[in-house]
Amino acid sequence: MIAALVEPAMPADHDLLEVSMGPHHPSTHGVFRMNVVLDGETVVKLKPVFGYLHRNHEKIAEKNSYLGAIPYTDRLDYLCSMTNNWAYVLTVEKLTGQSVPDRAEYIRVVVSELTRLLNHACLAGFLLQDMGALGTPLMYAFREREKILDLFEDLTGSRMMCNYLRFGGCRCDLPPGWVVRARQLVADFPEFLDEFEALLSGNEILRARTENVGVLSATLAVSAGVTGPMLRASGVNYDLRKVDGYGVYGRFAFQVPLGGRGDVFDRYMVRILEMRQSLKILEQALATIPQGPVIDPKAKLRNLRPKPGEAYGRIEGPKGELGFYLVSDGGPRPFRFRVRPPSLVNLTILEDMCLGHTIADAVVILGSVDIVLGEVDR
Amino acid sequence: MLTTEQLKARIETVVPGARLEIIANASPAGQPSILVDSAHGRAVAEFLRDDPQLRLDYASNATGLDWPDKITREKIKVKKLVAGVEQEIEETVEKKTPGFLEAVYHLYSVSRREGPVIVRLRTGNRSDQTSLPSLTPVWRSCEFQEREIFDLFGIVFDGHPDLRRILMWDGFVDFPMRKDYVEPDDYEYEPTPHDEVLERARRHYQPEVTP
Repeated sequence: MIAALVEPAMPADHDLLEVSMGPHHPSTHGVFRMNVVLDGETVVKLKPVFGYLHRNHEKIAEKNSYLGAIPYTDRLDYLCSMTNNWAYVLTVEKLTGQSVPDRAEYIRVVVSELTRLLNHACLAGFLLQDMGALGTPLMYAFREREKILDLFEDLTGSRMMCNYLRFGGCRCDLPPGWVVRARQLVADFPEFLDEFEALLSGNEILRARTENVGVLSATLAVSAGVTGPMLRASGVNYDLRKVDGYGVYGRFAFQVPLGGRGDVFDRYMVRILEMRQSLKILEQALATIPQGPVIDPKAKLRNLRPKPGEAYGRIEGPKGELGFYLVSDGGPRPFRFRVRPPSLVNLTILEDMCLGHTIADAVVILGSVDIVLGEVDR
Repeated sequence: MLTTEQLKARIETVVPGARLEIIANASPAGQPSILVDSAHGRAVAEFLRDDPQLRLDYASNATGLDWPDKITREKIKVKKLVAGVEQEIEETVEKKTPGFLEAVYHLYSVSRREGPVIVRLRTGNRSDQTSLPSLTPVWRSCEFQEREIFDLFGIVFDGHPDLRRILMWDGFVDFPMRKDYVEPDDYEYEPTPHDEVLERARRHYQPEVTP
């Protein structure tokens, strides 16, 4: 199959080299493989290969109860279990018409924005790691991530597989002192961002490696279904927190950072700016979090049998539009359970972005897409 | 934003010959969808993308659905002569609704910030008429998602630029997301089989015996 990638029509004076990059290459962020055809160092063809982490998440969920699928969604994008939970419970709430108390909505916003912070911090660290800044930026980012994971651990008992949201609310209330610690974290975080930016954003090497690399036009981005920070880096103002205004996002004042060129640097910068906006949302949410129940007392969790019908729900995950499509036939298990994975769809235009660049740039471009293989392969 | 009925009427005037049907959605989500006949699928999709009033430039989600053959039993009262006397007798009649595969597209408009418009395409059956027009030439985002539907459901998309398996390996034969998919027998010896494992052990060692 690899041999078939080189077309016989290629001119004979070019020595094309096929490289099967991955699945155990450290820069592919997991078990991801790219079949790359190189002309010297220049990429002339690139085909991603998936499936190394495929366990048919959708089939597992279709054999499980609605409630039983929540812990499995943690494992989709295993860095951002909170937003995965939210997208799923939001869809089930749409399917059943379940309402959510105010306090739970605020907690959802808080945990999701914390998730966005940790995801973007990790991404920036990994991206610099891909450029050869081994260790240091990533460890700076991981130091901040640890603090957020500590908060998650206190709240849910688990650092990464949080399994926290439920239909109609959240599993448990915030422990005593949690809000104060979260506020402290939000107050300290800009210091990390300032330091990170002072070290990196103006750095000559970073600029040389990222500017005008992997340019993605706005038209192609929309047509290819690219979402999240990647779409906004191409200058398209489309943030589901603003467009759909799901949850209580309509109550908070924040801005949507946009890029101009749509290159890797814009994608990096949009994420840094988004972290600052997330902090703004967190400040407002933590200051105004109301008292009350964290779950609708009438919410049905076990043995949930929604009326026959279907629902598509989506949220602005840290990586893009995370959607769930559920079809119910009235039974205790979903008839159809579909995850719309932002990571997979964002990879559609990987080849378009990499063509004409060097193989080293392809690594950086892949890093700027921000994928997690647990979600790509499902 | 047009209602689904208005949208249906509009498509019918612009794409002549297209047979459309509104599929109601009883859930509180209230997302009705439009079933398009597969012959006009591509034309309808292009209209939805290019029409200035709709501009559905973003196909968010494309996925498959498997509707197996359905056998419904109905009790009908039939008049029959029993021993010379006409009597009403209840008879059970089996009605078989043939199954089909379905591709569902959730369309949004990024420029107009509207949506979703849900478009469905259905295959003739689940065995030999499983091809549908590919919408990848209309929306690039369908490329990997249609490959995934082909891989897991077995819908063949005509006009897809690169229709290969995506998650399963190339030599794989079945379609795992179909409702009648049988998992492979990958039983390994266990010293104390119980519950589900016991059942799998029994099937592994005596495959010919069906309970």
